[in-house]
Amino acid sequence: MSEETGYEIDGGTLFIRIKGDLDHHMAEGIREEADRLIDAYGVRHVVFDFSKSGFMDSSGIGVIMGRYQKLHYAGGSVSVAGIGGRLEKVFQLSGLNRIVGRYEEAKMGGKGRR
Amino acid sequence: MNGKTSMELRIGSSSENESLARVCVAAFAARLDPTLEEIADIKTAVSEAVTNCIIHGYEGSEGEIRISCSIEEKRLHVEVEDQGVGIMDIKQAMEPLFTTKPELERSGMGFAFMEAFMDELSVTSSPGQGTKVVMEKEIGKAGLYGYSGTD
Repeated sequence: MSEETGYEIDGGTLFIRIKGDLDHHMAEGIREEADRLIDAYGVRHVVFDFSKSGFMDSSGIGVIMGRYQKLHYAGGSVSVAGIGGRLEKVFQLSGLNRIVGRYEEAKMGGKGRR
Repeated sequence: MNGKTSMELRIGSSSENESLARVCVAAFAARLDPTLEEIADIKTAVSEAVTNCIIHGYEGSEGEIRISCSIEEKRLHVEVEDQGVGIMDIKQAMEPLFTTKPELERSGMGFAFMEAFMDELSVTSSPGQGTKVVMEKEIGKAGLYGYSGTD
């Protein structure tokens, strides 16, 4: 059983903290809630924080790519934080690393995590 | 380990069952004493195959997914099967980034991940009858990403 995904908005940035496995089941809920928050609060940047997750499959790639497409054309961005080991391999293999940057981990400690 | 051991799992096509499926197969494979990386490879491949049954095979409607696993020597054999709509063009379906459901934010990486994380992958399908994915992985060999010593 996974805990609930955390959502937090700071300025124009939405932090999404993934807890547990990011698969198709979790991806559907995140897509819906993220888009609701993006539209309601004029979010321009989204940060996916994986420091509490150890698993992601192609559905996770899909939900990150979807938010990238939504924000990119409006001049926004998507980045990831807390990616290591296993997730790094999936991230590289998918090619997502070419369009999605890394959020500075140092900033994460100050702003995103409260 | 001597001889052959097997397991069969039948689950409904609900997305909640994706984690159940990959955890069960990983637990079954644990008797081969896999590395954490190998476990993660197996979980990812199973997750992709089962997600395909739910999204593409049954298109969100109810159905049964059969997962059967066996171990022979150091080889894990996994079959994931549905009785859904089937695949019209398997070759095209297996191309990286190809998806019939972009509106559902499918990345088109499912088969590519199964191929990357397992040693062998074969797909058989008949439109209107269903799809069967067969995957194999040898556990305990120095992998592509792991240590590679001299033979």
